[in-house]
Amino acid sequence: MSAYKIIDHEYDVVVLGAGGSGLRAAVGLSEAGLKTACVSKVFPTRSHTSAAQGGISAALGNMGEDDWRWHMYDTVKGADWLGDQDSIEYLCKEAPAAVLELEKYGVPFSRTDDGKIYQRPFGGMTKNYGNETVQRTCAAADRTGHAILHTLYGQALKHNTEFFIEYFALDLIMKDGACKGIIAWNLNDGTIHRFKSHTTIIATGGYGKVYYSATSAHTCTGDGNAMALRAGLPLQDMEFVQFHPTGIYGHGTLISEGVRGEGGYLVNSKGERFMERYAPKAKDLASRDVVSRSIAVEINEGRGIGKEQDHVHLHIDHLDPKVIDERLPGISEASKLFANVDVTKEPIPVVPTVHYNMGGIPTNYKAEVLTLNGSEKTVPGLMAIGEAACVSVHGANRLGSNSLIDLVVFGRAAAKRAAELVKPGMKHDEIDKNETDRCLDRFDKLRNSEGSNPTSELRLSMQKTMQSKCAVFRTEKTLKEGVDEIRRPYDGMDSLSVKDKSLIFNTDLVETLEFDNLIRQAITTMDSAYHRKESRGAHAREDFPKRDDENYMQHTLSWCNGSKTKINYRPVHRSTLTNDVQYFPPQERVY
Amino acid sequence: MVQLNLPANSKVEKGQYYKDKTGSKNIRKVNIYRWDPSTNENPRLDTYEVDMDNCSSKVLDVLNKIKNEIDPSIAYRRSCAHGVCGSCAMNMNGKNGLACTKSHSELNGDIDIYPLPHLKVLKDLIGDLSTLYKQYESVEPWLKTSKVNDKENIQSKDDRAKLDGLYECIMCACCSTSCPSYWWNGEKYLGPAVLLQAYRWIIDSRDEDRKERLKKVADELKLYRCHTILNCTNACPKGLNPAKAIAEIKKMLATA
Repeated sequence: MSAYKIIDHEYDVVVLGAGGSGLRAAVGLSEAGLKTACVSKVFPTRSHTSAAQGGISAALGNMGEDDWRWHMYDTVKGADWLGDQDSIEYLCKEAPAAVLELEKYGVPFSRTDDGKIYQRPFGGMTKNYGNETVQRTCAAADRTGHAILHTLYGQALKHNTEFFIEYFALDLIMKDGACKGIIAWNLNDGTIHRFKSHTTIIATGGYGKVYYSATSAHTCTGDGNAMALRAGLPLQDMEFVQFHPTGIYGHGTLISEGVRGEGGYLVNSKGERFMERYAPKAKDLASRDVVSRSIAVEINEGRGIGKEQDHVHLHIDHLDPKVIDERLPGISEASKLFANVDVTKEPIPVVPTVHYNMGGIPTNYKAEVLTLNGSEKTVPGLMAIGEAACVSVHGANRLGSNSLIDLVVFGRAAAKRAAELVKPGMKHDEIDKNETDRCLDRFDKLRNSEGSNPTSELRLSMQKTMQSKCAVFRTEKTLKEGVDEIRRPYDGMDSLSVKDKSLIFNTDLVETLEFDNLIRQAITTMDSAYHRKESRGAHAREDFPKRDDENYMQHTLSWCNGSKTKINYRPVHRSTLTNDVQYFPPQERVY
Repeated sequence: MVQLNLPANSKVEKGQYYKDKTGSKNIRKVNIYRWDPSTNENPRLDTYEVDMDNCSSKVLDVLNKIKNEIDPSIAYRRSCAHGVCGSCAMNMNGKNGLACTKSHSELNGDIDIYPLPHLKVLKDLIGDLSTLYKQYESVEPWLKTSKVNDKENIQSKDDRAKLDGLYECIMCACCSTSCPSYWWNGEKYLGPAVLLQAYRWIIDSRDEDRKERLKKVADELKLYRCHTILNCTNACPKGLNPAKAIAEIKKMLATA
């Protein structure tokens, strides 16, 4: 492996990923005077945070009374009691300050008549512990993620963050159970870079691309999650995959929940507003898992729309075109481009589409990575934030607009915690040569694959299996089949074909490395789903339709070595962080 | 007259021809600019016969189909696939745009795909945008305000509306790389994308640095190389109007 030119760097902290959470962390670290590198496989504003539309939740109370405790209750209930309530308390309590900080950074939020940040209703967001709809989701029209991402990139520039852009991270460098940095491949010139750091913060986002149809970007391949798995660390709650109720039929493009927040509604082939039956109170603004399941039932029972009766309609044609123009311009554009629909006149054809991973790298509310070794232990030198992390604030189902707030609250928390743990200029350990060799062996082996299976074929097979065997509704039979089937594309890597052998922008190899990352997460997702024999949040088992608090108030932890997994559990935290709020014990979940 | 000579290695040569293997009756020829920095070879134009009966509607779908089914070595940037990340900006049948939002049915004849014009090519369709990113940094794209309280800035709906048509910019660079003035003076002229961003902060009612910001761009080369050719506005895949933003800056300077 000595053929590869290795360039060494030393940083106090390395942030891996430059989306909303990574950038927010980088800003905080630079402010704290820590020498920080931010490494990303894409230019920061290309990150998938840009695709978030509807808004960012925080109990600001700009549009009527609100309280962070109500936000907390909604989040606990949305999570179907799988969230850790200490973390959820932290999220909701810190949310208002985090949003005001974004406004100060320059985010162009939409405004109320009196010039305050505009807030819209969103699914599962209520007043007074579930009593009526509240307007809590702060919005910049329907381009909130884009506005936040670009603003955070500006802040990072202001703070002179050092970026390493279009560097593809390969692996974590571990030593005696602690993380000592990362190894990355510079796509621009083909060199290999070894970053030593006292703390590494994984902010690599979700892994939606294990599915065939997802709102996720091509780049959502969960690279950091896979790096954690290869380092012998577990991923948590991987079975909880959120299907967004409204992806454009046939294309998968996201249509924001903000559309229903502004008064949009769903209908089936009979013209019925069917959500009234499934969620009499919240109707179209029930939580996403509930709405997605309801659509799936309508379709399964023959009330779907279209030749194949396989989708439903989302109406906003009754809304004032001025409101659409001011608050939902992005979805008007997307509907025109991808469904050829004029939303002021026609409904949008939609179908539940993979959107978000509640699961990821387990952390505490300070963003420190956890593993299980007898009991919960932190992994020294390693943090995770954003969609890559499982804090767990979203539990079994995330509420809309809780992901953007998760990014900035925990991005900030990670920077704060790192500043406590790391002092500028601390001395770095020597790195074991074996760690570098192990990483570059894998890289070199994949690069020189001369077999017969193209990466694209293995990826397609993985995506089709996930789509058919690990969907909105699951059974013992489909999951068992899935557990077997999902290992076939993994085994297919024995005879992998990579045609491009070059090192500069070799996107054939990038996609292969991404597939190697994806397949490990697909396997842990399938196996975790198979082992959870209850229904909770986004994990709906037809053969176990009830939530089972006695046996499953537990986070699934799954390790993955090759295609072999090990499943274990850790109890959900059943206490709050402070006495400002009381623990919300499990209740029946109705909307 | 000045004699202009292009370097020999800039000549685009005829590349490989990939014949359809599916037996499709609905074939479209796609010509793609290829250049591999790890060889000493000239750039070339490869031609792919693509089965359009099994291809989704956008140019990015065509590219993905070629990469997945015919030639995995072809390099291009792509991410969100619905026009918000700005990765897949390229030149399609002579016009800049996003491959993910451009329908191939809108293109006549063969599909010709080139990198964005006048950028240093890194590989195939991937251009070097580092100059543009540095220029973006130079306009200091962050809010400058001396207020230090824990309340939000108050901004009227009308003042907020002034940011519409500006903040939506995804920095795909379709506009700047379609601008002849930027082709000629790209190192010094900020170009439409960056000037639109500059104006986004100049016009933000919350920003207290307007005068300084205006002073900084009021430069013969940085700003006044705009000759209102309007290619930028014509190219913007988000329907924004960078030319107007530039005109507004000039107007503010003229009437200041």
